Amino acid sequence: MGANKNIIDVLENEYSLGFTTNIESDTIEKGLNKNVIKFISAKKDEPSWMLDKRNKSFDIWQKMQEPHWSSIVHPKIDYQNISYFSAPKQKLDSMDDVEPELLKTYEKLGIPLEEQKMLAGVAVDAVFDSVSIKTTFEKQLGDLGIIFCSISDAIKNHRKLVEKYLFSVVPMSDNYFAALNAAVFTDGTFVYIPKGVRCPMELSTYFRINAIGTGQFERTLIIADEGSYVSYNEGCSAPSRDENQLHAAVVELIALKDAQINYSTIQNWYPGDENGKGGIYNFVTKRGICKGDNSKISWTQVETGSAITWKYPSCILAGDNSVGEFYSVAITTKAQQADTGSKMIHIGKNTKSTIISKGISALKGLNAYRGLVKVGSKAKNARNFTQCDSLIIGPNARAHTFPYINVHNSSANIEHEATTSKISDEQLFYLMQRGLSEEDAVSMIVNGFCKEVLGKLPMEFAVEARALLNVTLEGSVG
Amino acid sequence: MLHIKNLRVDIEDKIILNGLDLDIKAGEVHAIMGPNGVGKSTLAKVISAHPDYEVKSGEITYKNKNLLELDVAQRAMEGIFLAFQNPIEILGVNNMYFLKQAFNAKCKYTGIEEMTSLDFLKLVKAKIKSLGITADFLKRDLNAGFSGGEKKLNEMLQMSILEPKLFLLDEIDSGLDVDALKSVAQGVNSMLSKERSVLLITHHKHLLEYIKPDFVHILYDGKIIQSGDIHLAKEIEKNGYSIVKDLRSAS
Repeated sequence: MGANKNIIDVLENEYSLGFTTNIESDTIEKGLNKNVIKFISAKKDEPSWMLDKRNKSFDIWQKMQEPHWSSIVHPKIDYQNISYFSAPKQKLDSMDDVEPELLKTYEKLGIPLEEQKMLAGVAVDAVFDSVSIKTTFEKQLGDLGIIFCSISDAIKNHRKLVEKYLFSVVPMSDNYFAALNAAVFTDGTFVYIPKGVRCPMELSTYFRINAIGTGQFERTLIIADEGSYVSYNEGCSAPSRDENQLHAAVVELIALKDAQINYSTIQNWYPGDENGKGGIYNFVTKRGICKGDNSKISWTQVETGSAITWKYPSCILAGDNSVGEFYSVAITTKAQQADTGSKMIHIGKNTKSTIISKGISALKGLNAYRGLVKVGSKAKNARNFTQCDSLIIGPNARAHTFPYINVHNSSANIEHEATTSKISDEQLFYLMQRGLSEEDAVSMIVNGFCKEVLGKLPMEFAVEARALLNVTLEGSVG
Repeated sequence: MLHIKNLRVDIEDKIILNGLDLDIKAGEVHAIMGPNGVGKSTLAKVISAHPDYEVKSGEITYKNKNLLELDVAQRAMEGIFLAFQNPIEILGVNNMYFLKQAFNAKCKYTGIEEMTSLDFLKLVKAKIKSLGITADFLKRDLNAGFSGGEKKLNEMLQMSILEPKLFLLDEIDSGLDVDALKSVAQGVNSMLSKERSVLLITHHKHLLEYIKPDFVHILYDGKIIQSGDIHLAKEIEKNGYSIVKDLRSAS
């Protein structure tokens, strides 16, 4: 059908954030060994205890094997052919020192860092390659006792908190990529919300990979003390390059008694081209622990980018009455592969979890949902509801669902619903017969499909996510 | 308004329509009747450019334009509206939102300024009132979980908002009880005018008691084999389509 060809043309559209910033960088030579780790630690001006942890992680990593249990297929990654540190050359002491070229980069991405243009109600930490460039509203938040800074600064200035919680949710030996990250992480964001404080604005980190041949390994740690609340968002993008670039991040969330953390991600790393050339390999470990009673952690993610996405944001529901949520939209088009889902580990009594996963595959995209619901023997009255829906667009797209349920307490109540559907010609015909273009019709169906998840995002980010969905999937029936 | 000449339509190598002629002038109401499976619905879908049907030969002109050169959305914009026999359900798409998007698309095409959300809401509220629809209709997902009657009324609501010129009504009486049928017919009748034409597809005379046709055509064997007025429908009611077969063997 002629119409379908148009759709494919639109689908194969250009990645709009694929520009490169010309800026002088300090990039170390490719390769990974203890000298490189020492170099990173020295660059960050870290205390020796941190270097010791890095070295320990490196030893662990060296004994581990790259995991291959997921549905994802990729060529062997040469870990010695990656540069593990890259930073803009210039030293940054204040905003005036930030190179105009860098500010322009963030402006192009829609994230103004200059004081007069800052987004109202959103504090931003911008991470460019390996370093945090600028954290906005740091002082205003500081007045409430909130710490919002780069993880490098936190290691130097908030040792007690960092030592207590870093690696406490995702230990260095957790998995291959988490161990690698623990050895070489270069920057990331640190957030601490003190007892009883409701963070008055959205906190946000924007990650940008720019330098060629580098990997990005950031580490984020968020601690919500008793009775506090925080909503945190992250966004990501990278230039279009023919080579694959590795991104292996770790995020740890800790919610103490009565605390709540909402964590939203809009992931738009460069996806590579339709033949699978280029794009980011995104191997991410995200986990939160509801440590205290009545605490809550909610993950919301919109995954549109990356050649490969391998991530399972999870909740350990340790406190009684604690709640874990996972809302996800993952789109794979061109030759993208995503293996994503969640793990909900019920330990405390009356714990509750919800998983809503919406996978959309178009062109040659592969989308797999992989999820685990585990109920421990002491988790009396645990409840889980899981719904995973797949939408397939075109004859070559694929979707898989791998739910694992592991229950050790007979009082548990577990519900699992799954659907797989296609955008039908009849649906498109109906909408187009009312005058909508094919692109608008597809976008309307896809947005409807994702509605439950998009509704969970903070307002500003929901708008961005919708726009992104439309660009990524504009018309896509094969 | 609509001229169809010697139309041949295939679906997957099977001939559905063959040598069909039809002329509809502005302001006229035409009813197409015929037994199940003769291609009545095909005709409505071909006029609105459904992708499954292939026009092998013949002409369709609409308001002096070659309709075959326009795609589904363009034909809709030009004022062709197909009221579906089975309106499709689309989850997650709010009915009101959908109406507004369709209305905006039409505004854009015709170069009219879009309405504000408030004005549009007023317009829609007036329309649903005259159709006897409750306001919760607008909050629901597009046709999702609607009863047969509600789906047809929703089609009428869309039609009244988009104000098309040619109504293709594909068995809008199917699955409706008498009350629902009356509401739907009333909806159609309230929109009739000298500029608007109707192509009504049905296999019961029943609907024609509520929407009065100027012409009745019998579709059989891929073409219109007999045309007349309401009396033709009455005859079919009395004798069934067997007369059609007789006609065919006689011809």
